[in-house]
Amino acid sequence: MKLNASTWIFAALLAGITIIAPILHLALPETSPLHVPTYALSLFGKYLSFALLALSVDLIWGYCGILSLGHGAFFTLGGYAMGMHLMRQIGDRGVYGNAELPDFMVFLNWHELPWYWLGFDNFIFALAMVILVPGALAFTFGWFAFRSRVSGVYLSIITQAMTFALMLAFFRNDMGFGGNNGLTDFKEILGFDLHSQGTRVGLFIASGTTLLAGFVLCRMIVASKLGKILVGIRDAESRTRFLGYRVEHYKLFVFTVSAVMAGIAGALYVPQVGIINPGEFAPANSIEIVIWVALGGRGTLIGAIIGAVLVNLAKSYLTAAFPEIWLFALGGLFVGVTLFLPRGIVGGIVGGLGITRLMGARGRA
Amino acid sequence: MSEILYLDGISVSFGGFKALNDLSLVIEADEMRAIIGPNGAGKTTMMDIITGRTRPDKGVVLFQGDIDLTRMDEAEIANLGIGRKFQKPTVFESHSVEDNLQLAQKAPRGPFTTLFAKLSGAQQAAIDATLETIALAAARRRLAGQLSHGQKQWLEIGMLLMQQPELLLVDEPVAGMTDAETEQTADLLRQIAKTRSVVVVEHDMEFVRALGTKVSVLHEGSVLSEGSLEVVQNDPRVIEVYLGR
Repeated sequence: MKLNASTWIFAALLAGITIIAPILHLALPETSPLHVPTYALSLFGKYLSFALLALSVDLIWGYCGILSLGHGAFFTLGGYAMGMHLMRQIGDRGVYGNAELPDFMVFLNWHELPWYWLGFDNFIFALAMVILVPGALAFTFGWFAFRSRVSGVYLSIITQAMTFALMLAFFRNDMGFGGNNGLTDFKEILGFDLHSQGTRVGLFIASGTTLLAGFVLCRMIVASKLGKILVGIRDAESRTRFLGYRVEHYKLFVFTVSAVMAGIAGALYVPQVGIINPGEFAPANSIEIVIWVALGGRGTLIGAIIGAVLVNLAKSYLTAAFPEIWLFALGGLFVGVTLFLPRGIVGGIVGGLGITRLMGARGRA
Repeated sequence: MSEILYLDGISVSFGGFKALNDLSLVIEADEMRAIIGPNGAGKTTMMDIITGRTRPDKGVVLFQGDIDLTRMDEAEIANLGIGRKFQKPTVFESHSVEDNLQLAQKAPRGPFTTLFAKLSGAQQAAIDATLETIALAAARRRLAGQLSHGQKQWLEIGMLLMQQPELLLVDEPVAGMTDAETEQTADLLRQIAKTRSVVVVEHDMEFVRALGTKVSVLHEGSVLSEGSLEVVQNDPRVIEVYLGR
């Protein structure tokens, strides 16, 4: 697997941001114009986790034609797995001071920890669950869907139904995940105070590093022979089948890898925002991810990252400055890009400069 | 001699319409056979049955004497050594010509082997040889989507060659080709048929004549007549079907 020049340039750029932003934050005095304030670092850390999520959607949609409108489900499940660990870390510092039970369980008059919360006090176990739970759900879901050759709009609709069903389930207090309040009031991670400057820098670096690893992994996948087969499935599924490839195995592989990436993104997101609740399962969230990818440029990977960061930057600014116009702006952006840049920002630029080969296999408009 | 493909008593109907009606056909090893017949005679449905896209309602489909194809899916059948060319040229348009051949090349087909697959020298040489055969060596790095219609047809035939099939099913290979391209395609198919069995479905009589091979005429889902082109062209039943009553 040989990676092309644009991969290395962009990877270096990501690594640079991951290193330089914390330095500008820690080393420069607050009066310096180049100083990066704490809130900005946290905000960017969150964007980086969204970028990883967008990357996971681009891997399946841009390269294999699987349009998931429920990828937020995997992100949220990964987030809950991390949130459960952070809840256990609170210990007896909760409002009720119960060392064994999280506050919401005490409030519900529960007397012991449900079995599925066992083990989450261990960080390594929680990390394993961050990977296993979204991965297992995606594998099971994909096994049935791809074997029955469900594709196109029908697949999009059932992914949407999946995330909606999970949202309804997690809203219930009986599920034992904190109902509509979700999990929050976290104190520390691995013994470090979540609100301290140092921890926030650490989480930012973790997000940047993971995003970088995810990007390189995706590039390696799409540059391999397997990646070319994925594009073949996207463009001419029956041709691939008649060449002797088991299309359902390929889809299952890439869908599961993508769900695991989304889960890891969720696990990075939760400690930085301090809360996870069932609202994250909302179908609208999953649709928004698709918009990030479409806007940045489907089937380019770099575009997914750029799209996620740009849209969320705009969202942070507009929801604060003009809260009532945010949704119109998002809708307008999507319509505008569809009309004037059908291949997204990165796809449009690359296409315009005629350097298609630089990007390797990518989608046509 | 051993037959490579044996179809016996195949019937299949779609919502009351009998696409194939008690069809029987035998293809010998290394034989080239042309299948002709009016629209709706069941030619494409027959290909669908052989390649596992459609299951027959009844009948026997045997490959190489004892392999029952009716129990297998498309990928399994392809891996047994049956290649199929579609009527409309179907290539991977956003891949280069070379990559198209690489993906078709006979090699392990599982996701974990292809994830780590590396192109060996022998494999590259095989791709180069096929590029020469299909006259696309100069276009090897071009995207398949940029090829002309005729070139796409050849690329698809080249992809089938890379699969090293025992049996090649070719659906209307010269539809939309110029006369010169048609002639070249006939040469190509004759060359291919030297080492494997080829079944060609075609409307173009001149092309069938150029192939110079045994012909089966399909009509309303079964074989109406079989023999050399001269024989079937003089068969009164064939004349009736083609010229109307």
